[in-house]
Amino acid sequence: MEVRWTILLLILGCAIVTFIPRVLPLMLLSQMELPKWVIRWLKNVPVAVMAALLAQELLLSEGEFSISANILKLLAAIPAFAIALLTKSLLGTVMAGVIFMMVFRFIF
Amino acid sequence: MSQKSLDLRSDAVTINEESFWMGVKDCIPTLLGYLSIGFAAGVVEKTAGLSIAEITLMSLLLYAGSGQFIAAGMIAASNPMSAIIFTVFFINLRHLLLSAAIAPYFRHLTPWKNMFVGSLLTDETFGVSITHLQNKKQASYKWMVGLNITAYLNWVIANIAGGYFGKWIPNPESFGLDFALPGMFIGLLVLQILSQKKYFVDMMVAISAVIIVVIVSFFSSGSTGVMVAAVLASTIGMVIEKWK
Repeated sequence: MEVRWTILLLILGCAIVTFIPRVLPLMLLSQMELPKWVIRWLKNVPVAVMAALLAQELLLSEGEFSISANILKLLAAIPAFAIALLTKSLLGTVMAGVIFMMVFRFIF
Repeated sequence: MSQKSLDLRSDAVTINEESFWMGVKDCIPTLLGYLSIGFAAGVVEKTAGLSIAEITLMSLLLYAGSGQFIAAGMIAASNPMSAIIFTVFFINLRHLLLSAAIAPYFRHLTPWKNMFVGSLLTDETFGVSITHLQNKKQASYKWMVGLNITAYLNWVIANIAGGYFGKWIPNPESFGLDFALPGMFIGLLVLQILSQKKYFVDMMVAISAVIIVVIVSFFSSGSTGVMVAAVLASTIGMVIEKWK
């Protein structure tokens, strides 16, 4: 159970620079009245972030654009989207996606 | 016995406010995805030469998937400490947007409670909470703490397990687990769009975000892309709404 000093300092440094952007808007913005256009802009953030994270998962491989490296994931995404639309269940979507992925990997 | 009294208390709370346990329950769909990512993070940290104690500390204090992967990779490549901290800062800067987007629902809390909520904010807890809060005026603090704590414990346990058992587990990809994370984002994206009921704008925002991530990937690392895409696509959505 050893913790090296340099690693401890490194972890603390990384933790602080991660902590500040996480808490600052919540602590400050919730204390003031935001203009209407800022609210409208913020309302678009969730869809933008989720779509961007999904694109990163499905279209990039090691940070580079590649369809061929992600072809099975892209295939599994089709039933996952269908099940999300039909069931509106997050757990159902995850489980179905994982099962389809397993099946596709088994077949191809 | 103690279980029973716990149930009674959570029932009493639900009348006014969503309880801690409902938050725990709403976190369940995200557990599988982050269990496998956390496990992988533990394996990578172990191979980067970190001890189990250091892995535990890192997941407890840093608590950020992409940040921990990058940090471990850069430690393995013996980068200077300043470079690692700067990179992690940049990668985790997207939390600024997530934190700002949920802030309007937390106006009723004290700054200290908001600090606690924000300190455990991740892509997953953000996605679940913003979808959940869609047609509500304000968030329940207890519900949010339940969601956050569950995700946090799941992450730390997964990291430690990865550090310990990583060597003996066969490729988790063969079980389709590498789709747990994209599957979760698909679910969150669809639920979000269905609940907001402004399909045209949301589709345009989503499509722009995807295109921007791909374009940015030609110039720099993927994590920068998410940040740039989130800012630009949200702005595009705002402009389209103004037009209509």
